[in-house]
Amino acid sequence: MINLETPDYINNMRSSMNNLAKGVLRPIARKYDESEHAYPTELEMFRNIKVMGRPKKKKDGEQASPDKGNGKPKRGMNLGTVVTIEEMCWGDAGLLLSLPNSGLGNAAIAAVATDEQLEKFGDKWAAMAITEPGSGSDSGSITTTAKLEGDEWVLNGEKIFVTCADRCDVVVVWATVDKSAGKSAIKSFIVEKDRPGFKLEHLEHKLGIRSSDTGTFVLDNCRIPKSNILGDSEVKTSTDGFKGVMKTFDNTRPMVASMAIGIARAALDFTREKLEENGFVLDYSKNLNNISSLEKEFYTMEANLEAMRMLTWRAAWMADNEKFNNVEASMAKAKSGRYGTLITQKCCELLGPLGFSQQYLAEKWMRDSKIMDIFEGTGQIQHLIIARNVLEMSSSELK
Amino acid sequence: MSENIISFDLSEEQVMMKETISQLVKNNILDNAHNMDENKDLPLEFLQKFWGLGIPASNIPEAYGGFGMDSSPSMNAIVLEELACGDMSFAIAATLPLLFALTVSEMGTEDQKSKYLPSFCSEKFFPATAAVNEMRFGFDASQPATTAVKKNGSYIINGGKCFVPLADSAELMLVAAFCDNKADLFIVEKGTPGVTVQEREKNLGLYALATNEVTFKDCEIPAENRLGGDQGCNFDLFLQKSRIALSAIGTGISRASYEYAKSYARERKQFGEPIASRQSIAFMIAEMAYEVDAMRLLTWKAASALENGKDARRESYLAKLYAGDMTMKITDYGVQILGGHGYVRDHPVERYYRNGRGIAILEGMALV
Repeated sequence: MINLETPDYINNMRSSMNNLAKGVLRPIARKYDESEHAYPTELEMFRNIKVMGRPKKKKDGEQASPDKGNGKPKRGMNLGTVVTIEEMCWGDAGLLLSLPNSGLGNAAIAAVATDEQLEKFGDKWAAMAITEPGSGSDSGSITTTAKLEGDEWVLNGEKIFVTCADRCDVVVVWATVDKSAGKSAIKSFIVEKDRPGFKLEHLEHKLGIRSSDTGTFVLDNCRIPKSNILGDSEVKTSTDGFKGVMKTFDNTRPMVASMAIGIARAALDFTREKLEENGFVLDYSKNLNNISSLEKEFYTMEANLEAMRMLTWRAAWMADNEKFNNVEASMAKAKSGRYGTLITQKCCELLGPLGFSQQYLAEKWMRDSKIMDIFEGTGQIQHLIIARNVLEMSSSELK
Repeated sequence: MSENIISFDLSEEQVMMKETISQLVKNNILDNAHNMDENKDLPLEFLQKFWGLGIPASNIPEAYGGFGMDSSPSMNAIVLEELACGDMSFAIAATLPLLFALTVSEMGTEDQKSKYLPSFCSEKFFPATAAVNEMRFGFDASQPATTAVKKNGSYIINGGKCFVPLADSAELMLVAAFCDNKADLFIVEKGTPGVTVQEREKNLGLYALATNEVTFKDCEIPAENRLGGDQGCNFDLFLQKSRIALSAIGTGISRASYEYAKSYARERKQFGEPIASRQSIAFMIAEMAYEVDAMRLLTWKAASALENGKDARRESYLAKLYAGDMTMKITDYGVQILGGHGYVRDHPVERYYRNGRGIAILEGMALV
């Protein structure tokens, strides 16, 4: 039965995470925005809390949870995660991305690593390297190569826009084992930072999320053990393997959507505070056209924020209830990425000088939120996924 | 509800209801909506068919002849979306008795309930309506210019209302009037002196739905006809429920426009391929898809608050704001995707566009 009332346990989680965000992240948000690339040592306390992680695979013979399959909605990790992320990003998004041991690579390792790999890399900070200078949204076109020579893989290529590039211990690198075999030949490899031939070339200077260290790696005949491949090394004729990797995004896109929600809410909360300080009463009762444009804009943003959140919670809830959420994950990301950007822009406008000055965080939120419509698939890519899905058209029919 | 567990899924009962309504709409409304609109006529036969499902009666306690099921705002939202996905005029007309009955059932005095509710449990469509909107600039439902003043055991109503659906045939009417410094509802029976139902209105949309301007000149009603008694009713709750209902209707029209434009874009070929294979069209369709969902989720969110016994002022206000804006945007896209074909009345998207304007403007036309 439909019930979108926020459960008590979620409300409790929100308020405790919000305290953490308010107490730990907010106070250092500006500091690490200004000292780009400096490691926020205050975040060490989070090393053992894996926000971006996912539940470990069930080992053979392990019992499924008893409530599985009884048809009742479940409390799940995905909803809890998006709620946590919203609160943390309300504190600071760049700092959330800098939490130790919570890289995207950690999520990939948690999802597909063997027991031996988990033993070896489970407590390492793992970044993810997919994007290349010539390969952005079209991740099937990557040119970094991995060649098996005896007991070692030899990797060559260049990877850009790697989050946590400097701080991580290992990087999960996407590479093709056979350029002629297409997407099915793309595999991921765990590369330790200290491997010869693996070099952090430089760190990017960005519009926002400056506390997050984004970097470029060059792989020049970099040798790693054969056992460092994640998943199956066999090149299959079907692209199931690649599709499996892309499915990871069904879990991570609602997380990025939630980051956008957290930042937008921070901007809205601050704007509300200033509105109320200046005598505006937001009581949700008057005809929208009998109030100031300031109030109307505010209500409209609030409605959009709620829409972003509901689309995101739905995608996460579906994952928790083992429903295929590919299109819903993209819907959450498409809406939230775009409207997070619009809301933070508009808040700066409504705040006037307070929205342009670095005395306040509003200008920073406007810069930070823009990335949410770009990484983990741009808004345009999300629209493509949704459109192909609802129109039932293939990628060759709808390019 | 013992434990509050979040769920985005319909219950079996909700799925059944949704399918029942969808079938009713498919069998009776879809093929007729165009003619109903052109002929400005909504055959009673269709209203009777919806009535036959017993929805108003099921929401009325057994003591007054109903089936005594708990009234459920989310279920009502599901019903309204399905009806409006067929036709907005039909959705409003068919559920008008429900609007009256639910309001009296939830906020009326014992006497009001026993006097008025049994009529809604009969087998024949019982026309009742509500007069909320007023024809003036800056109209705000919570601040009606129509007044009710107490005088010698009666209330005297003065003022004018517009967009009163089925005003001509309605046996009973809930009238929103300002009284004791607040908006309140008054029950006015058909034929009460001082009530004049004017000529049928001509509006931008809802051609099939007969609406009238209704004027009240020293209209005297018994004091016991003030809904909820001397202290009046929770008018804010009435508005909350009406806002959620209009959001549900907006979701329905938007979905209809989206579905129609989507299948058109797949069929329509230009430059040798379906127009849907162009991103400019495909991205509009993607946006329509998630905005319809977002509208529905905001509607359900507000309905859930009420269902959990909470105040839904903020949620219902935001849901209606969102539905008002988005219905306009989506139905606009619907016309645009069909191009010139969307502008002629052969396709339903132009009707959705005209009707869609009503979501942001109207109040008190339906209830959850």
